[in-house]
Amino acid sequence: MYRYDNYDHKIVNERVEQFRDQTQRYLAGEIADEEFLPLRLQNGLYVQRLAPMLRIAVPYGMLSSAQVRKLAHISRVYDKGYVHFTTRQNIQLNWPALEEVPDILAELAEVEMHAIQTSGNCIRNTTTDQFAGVAKDEIEDPRPWCELIRQWSTLHPEFAFLPRKFKIAVCGSNEDRAAFLLHDIGLQLVKNDDGELGFEVFVGGGLGRTPIIGSSIRKFLPKQHLLSYLDAILRVYNRFGNRDNKYKARIKILVKAWTPEVFAQRVEEEWEHIKDGPSTLTDSEFARVKSFFPLPEYKVIDGADSANKLAATADSNIAFSRWLDRNTELQKQSGYRSVTLSLKPAGVAPGDVTDKQLETIADLADRYSFGELRATHNQNVVLTDVIESDLFELWQQAKESGLATPNIGTINDMICCPGGDYCSLANAKSIPVAEAIQRKFSDLDYVYDLGDLELNISGCMNACGHHHIGHIGILGVDKKGKEWYQIQLGGSANKNASLGKVLGPSLSRDQITDGIEKLLDVYVENRIADESFLNTYQRIGIEKFKERVYAPAT
Amino acid sequence: MPQLLKDKRVIDDAWTLVDTDSQSLPDGDILLTYSQWQTFSKQLESHSGQIGVVIEGDAEIEDIIEPLLKLPLIAINFPKFADGRGFSLATLLRERYNFNGEIRAVGGFMRDQLYLLSRCGFNAFKFSEDTDLSEAAKSLEDFSETYQVSADQEKPLFRRR
Ligand code: SF4
Repeated sequence: MYRYDNYDHKIVNERVEQFRDQTQRYLAGEIADEEFLPLRLQNGLYVQRLAPMLRIAVPYGMLSSAQVRKLAHISRVYDKGYVHFTTRQNIQLNWPALEEVPDILAELAEVEMHAIQTSGNCIRNTTTDQFAGVAKDEIEDPRPWCELIRQWSTLHPEFAFLPRKFKIAVCGSNEDRAAFLLHDIGLQLVKNDDGELGFEVFVGGGLGRTPIIGSSIRKFLPKQHLLSYLDAILRVYNRFGNRDNKYKARIKILVKAWTPEVFAQRVEEEWEHIKDGPSTLTDSEFARVKSFFPLPEYKVIDGADSANKLAATADSNIAFSRWLDRNTELQKQSGYRSVTLSLKPAGVAPGDVTDKQLETIADLADRYSFGELRATHNQNVVLTDVIESDLFELWQQAKESGLATPNIGTINDMICCPGGDYCSLANAKSIPVAEAIQRKFSDLDYVYDLGDLELNISGCMNACGHHHIGHIGILGVDKKGKEWYQIQLGGSANKNASLGKVLGPSLSRDQITDGIEKLLDVYVENRIADESFLNTYQRIGIEKFKERVYAPAT
Repeated sequence: MPQLLKDKRVIDDAWTLVDTDSQSLPDGDILLTYSQWQTFSKQLESHSGQIGVVIEGDAEIEDIIEPLLKLPLIAINFPKFADGRGFSLATLLRERYNFNGEIRAVGGFMRDQLYLLSRCGFNAFKFSEDTDLSEAAKSLEDFSETYQVSADQEKPLFRRR
């Protein structure tokens, strides 16, 4: 993975000192609350319902075992001994003390980490596919591009005070695992007819109050122009985005108001001036950044033999075989697999892990995965490059630490925002709903039979739990001070991204799990062969689901 | 005399901001809004002091900038510090229009933005009167290295490292 040189270290260290000074001046009463707000936000520090919350950047989800051990240490010393993996591949501490945040940032800097621009109206952490570099359907490894974007966006002088937050995602494969069409900018790596690498550029996607799927504004951007083109998009947005109304300030609203065609034209006009300027990427920079993402030294493995042995082990152990089935992925390198460690055992808030578990994860990464791991936008952890013959051993160790719940991609692998337990913006709690659903659907045979099912929960319209793109989405709403939940069906975040449709009137907390059960019944009764929930819904439409859920009790 | 932070030093500010409802022009070096500058265009021809213009974040500078480039001072107003349009305007003035005069930040910007503002091409900062300017000037030095191209850095880090 990318390693800092003296320049990167210097910038991050100076950032820590800058924030230390700002915090001291704030505590001494020399900076007003409203002025300190953007300063702390741009260093990842929120003030939440119960305590400050510190969001730490995990650039495009990549972590080293040393970094994970440091996070375990930080959570123990400065917090309550656990951290939370977010839906944007970042990590949050829920209980840090404001005075100690500069020290936390200094500790992070020691392991080449920071919290720069993890919130506030600026360019946020760039996200990508958790299987980057190993995915079978990969066109090009997106990580070097994400790193180039990280450096370009870090403390970019012109774009630190945008109308609203700004998120970029890069997709390097045929399947989309980064929900890149739902970002302010989505970049799809493509090759043109001459085999040259570049990007198709999408803008104006996003969730939140007005969910919109991004529009393509350029079919092919040659790779060397990436940064100047991003500058052009951001400059147009910075100048002309709405600054009067927070809810109309995202770039998607500007793109919609102008139409994607007009927006594209404005960007092209701006870009004409800066294209081919000094920000044009050089071959030596490509080579430098790429060199940080080498393929590991794979052993030559007889794929068929390895597969047979694995199948034999699986045959004799049903629990292992389930885990193998749900929690591992084939790689383009034969004889190797990627393993997803589930951070969603029943009874734990999705994405929460303890300091001890973090240390286990670091150990597993060192032992089986070349010392690296990835955070996923589904709030799990991926270990890549595991030799198939090591899988059984890895599974046993992960299981001991509660990291091997075989539920990846099932209804129990839900995405869930912090909701009313932590977040001051919430209309309703989300974690207890997730727990109730996990408890209700604890019969593994039933859960496997349901197959791939994405269930996403947000505690309010801000949609941090991505409810619009869940096959089943649950949204917390407030009705006369009581918590209610609206259900949406049919959302999906793949290349044919679609936004969920509202099923009908909201349900109370008591009704929600029964409501979900009825939806699942309709699916099971109507599916053809091994059709997924989403496909069945797309075929039969919303009516049958609606009738069942709102049928009067008999 | 009022003071200001310019080119990293605290100096006397000899410029007078013309009142919005003023019917005539004061003597000496004067700073006017763009619309005043249009209104007073006749009087300005015979004005003995220097002239500067304040532009707002929403200025379509592509349309108005040409005649302003001859002025010694263009000020950019920040209605509030969270309004970052001025960062792009200053960048355009320096990089696209090669403006070499003073670019002055006025209005609601804040001390902790100084480093980024200066990178975008601002070289003068007009704070409220009670600000300790030499204390504020420290924020100009927050960083000694930077990744991007900007008004004060022709080469991105990847062309230098
Ligand atoms: S969706 Fe709403 S409740 Fe959930 S974390 Fe985001 S802002 Fe908070």
